[in-house]
Amino acid sequence: MTQSRIMPGFKPSLAYTLLYLALIVLIPLSTLVFKSLQLNLEDYWAIISHPRIIASFRVSFLTSLIASAVAGVFGFVIAWTMVRYNFIGKRFLDALIDLPFALPTAVAGVVLATIYQPSGLLGKWLIDSFGLKVAYTPVGIVIALIFVGIPFVVRTVEPVLQEFDTTMEEAAASLGASRWLIFARIIFPNIFPAVITGVSLAFARGVGEYGSVIFIAGNLPYVSEIVPLLIVTKLEQYDYAGATAIALTMLVISFVLLFLINLLQLWARRRSGQ
Amino acid sequence: MHAKVQLIGQVETQALYDPKWVRYSLIGIAVGFITLFLLSPLLLVLYQAFSKGLQAYWNALSEPDGLSALRLTLLVAVITVPMNTVFGVVAAWTITRFEFPGKNLLTTLIDLPFSVSPVISGLIFVLLFGAQGWFGEWLQAHDIKIIFAVPGIVLATIFITFPFVVRELIPLMQELGCEEEEAAISLGASGWQTFFFVTLPNIKWALLYGVLLCNARAMGEFGAVSVVSGHIRGMTNTLPLHIEVSYNEYDVIAAFASASVLAGLAIVTLVLKTFLEWKQSKAGFSS
Amino acid sequence: MSIVLSNISKNFGQFAALNNVSLEIPEGDLVALLGPSGCGKTTLLRIIAGLESPDAGHVVINGQDKTSEHVSHRGIGFVFQHYALFRHMTVFDNVAFGLRVKPRQSRPGEAEISKKVKSLLDLVQLGWLADRFPDQLSGGQRQRIALARALAVEPNVLLLDEPFGALDASVRKDLRQWLRNLHHELHVTSIFVTHDQEEAMEVASQVVVLNHGQIEQQGAPSAIYDHPSNAFVSKFIGQTNIIRVDQAEKVWLSTTGLDGELGSVAHIRPHHIDLSKAENASQSPVIIKDWQHLGAIIRIELFNALLPDTKSLFAEMPSEHFKQLTLDKGDHVIVKIKHANWFN
Repeated sequence: MTQSRIMPGFKPSLAYTLLYLALIVLIPLSTLVFKSLQLNLEDYWAIISHPRIIASFRVSFLTSLIASAVAGVFGFVIAWTMVRYNFIGKRFLDALIDLPFALPTAVAGVVLATIYQPSGLLGKWLIDSFGLKVAYTPVGIVIALIFVGIPFVVRTVEPVLQEFDTTMEEAAASLGASRWLIFARIIFPNIFPAVITGVSLAFARGVGEYGSVIFIAGNLPYVSEIVPLLIVTKLEQYDYAGATAIALTMLVISFVLLFLINLLQLWARRRSGQ
Repeated sequence: MHAKVQLIGQVETQALYDPKWVRYSLIGIAVGFITLFLLSPLLLVLYQAFSKGLQAYWNALSEPDGLSALRLTLLVAVITVPMNTVFGVVAAWTITRFEFPGKNLLTTLIDLPFSVSPVISGLIFVLLFGAQGWFGEWLQAHDIKIIFAVPGIVLATIFITFPFVVRELIPLMQELGCEEEEAAISLGASGWQTFFFVTLPNIKWALLYGVLLCNARAMGEFGAVSVVSGHIRGMTNTLPLHIEVSYNEYDVIAAFASASVLAGLAIVTLVLKTFLEWKQSKAGFSS
Repeated sequence: MSIVLSNISKNFGQFAALNNVSLEIPEGDLVALLGPSGCGKTTLLRIIAGLESPDAGHVVINGQDKTSEHVSHRGIGFVFQHYALFRHMTVFDNVAFGLRVKPRQSRPGEAEISKKVKSLLDLVQLGWLADRFPDQLSGGQRQRIALARALAVEPNVLLLDEPFGALDASVRKDLRQWLRNLHHELHVTSIFVTHDQEEAMEVASQVVVLNHGQIEQQGAPSAIYDHPSNAFVSKFIGQTNIIRVDQAEKVWLSTTGLDGELGSVAHIRPHHIDLSKAENASQSPVIIKDWQHLGAIIRIELFNALLPDTKSLFAEMPSEHFKQLTLDKGDHVIVKIKHANWFN
């Protein structure tokens, strides 16, 4: 891109962009920081160290981690299938992958709860055949988060697979490599960073997810209560300080985790020479 | 000679294509997963909505609370989408057409709302405008209601959908470069002429795409809106909130009737999205 | 319109793209800005156009200081490297664009625009493509449409950025000749940027050689070729044998008729080397190592048997002459250097 002084409208565009960003995003978000500055450390610690809150953090992060890992595996398989194979109905299924982006979370929430509740379509079958209770347990949360996370993985991996230079495969084949070896040594190392990116996006979304989870989770304290729900609960009790403390903690942990994931990505990229 | 050529052909085929059983099992897994996790919920919404017949569905939809929720949802989208669209175009223009210090930071900040939980997005507006918030007293003194009222819902929705349009435009406009715009200007076109005759036709599909995603989210947002709305029936319930209220009251038909409207919106969104992606790829550049 | 650039400097961050460049271009000339990539030639062109502003210096077009004039008021036509045709408009609409965006009072009527566009399309010999879109055209066609579009606003100066850079070799040849003819016809002052010295020599009436943001030499192609003002220009324009005159080479160079040492490095054009067949090996240590047929001329690679470590010398001569001499690989030849350019 060439920088150019002749493109019109720099000052008004920049001014408008900054003003709108400040009004809509920066000033509102900064209240979170200022509000929590009013708390002293002891108060903050008293709020955060409550066992129920610690339990909710464990539930939120663990379920997101599991769900994003599962989404990573299946998302990769789906992306691979969509890019590499042809079969009837592919276009239709490919369009469906974006459903979690397009379907409001509340709709997803009530539907998943209906499917997996003990009397529901799948819920009944899972209890009868495997004794597995999904709704109103952390398993239900994981299911909802897989639903939410799957398009992140597929849509991140797909373009990378599409642009993957297949002559590398041909070169490896001409040098005598087997199909499995080509996959393990040529394709996967090149795709892996994209998988990590997709999984981390799914994870980040999962930790903050509210609508699609609360219906299926049952929200039992210490068992299936997620952090966003606790924030809402605190707010309903007009405990703004408590809500802020939890929110800020969650934001900070999420950002630190995202930062670590970025490092991991960088490392994966370096290793595959990108 | 002939035999050898064939042998090499076979080796290559094996090395370049996955064995049949792998192919079929992977397709099986993918199709099974999508059917189980994505298709069945979509179908179930429709099944549940119509489970008591068309009449019950219609009654549930035309009930006043449901109608007012639908109206509010449309109102929120009508305000939110144009605002974020204008911002998206201006911000993308700023970022892709000029060099200035802090550009990368600006790009990162624009993405910020994506990494904030919807619930927190609602919370910050409560902290700003709620009874105990920064402007709480002043607002009360002047009898202006933002939280537990429509303005709060609109604000939270604008925050949530803030990056959608601009994120579609930045990569495309970067890829397009500014040569065509420079050409227009060197031929004597004014700034607005350049934008409307040259820039806009080139970005229209990506712009519509961003608008589509922004609209879908604006109509469907639940977490952030739930925090600032106060759930006042017939007043501050959007369709997603109306689903929650009905569901919690075991009014399954009402919940799923509203859900079916939003699911319809999702289907329309997906169809249009596929169409726009096709249009855009035909225009010769990717999103 | 004449163009005078005085003391133009331009930095991009730490990088000095142009360093105190001054240049005068008389009216009606066809000038090539020639140089390796990164030499600042495109930046200079964009500064003349007003697409970029200089950090220091002045751009004077036809006696008027246009340094701070906006690109759209400079009366220039700019042909972009990748043509920058509006991809959503037909060829006709592309060419008409500059006329249609004129302010209402000076905008010609639609009939007049149509007439003008048609005549321009005829000028570039592409009238039959009026309804096509840019992506339905070949590279050479796009180039000519871009030119027609730039000419539509009747510019005083035509500026072309690497006009042949993105074209196939054969198309390039044709277009070069075509551009030269078009210039003869229109006589509008034109400047084009190129990194291809052959192209500059073939098309331009004046060549400006740039390197590291400075002008190395300016002049007619033949002057630059025959009298390069420094080693860079000599090396960059045409083929040259470069001989650093150290101890070993001094000895054998003295046998080639090169008079005197006027510097430490001799640049010798291949066609300035005369060859004649040696009677026997003792008469000359120089052997024909290889030769290639380049059409009308023959290129001969020479190798000095006494100095196996020195590099080969290349000579060129008309193939007729080569045949008369009945030379071949392995023959010993007597070398006479008619002319050399000396640099330090």
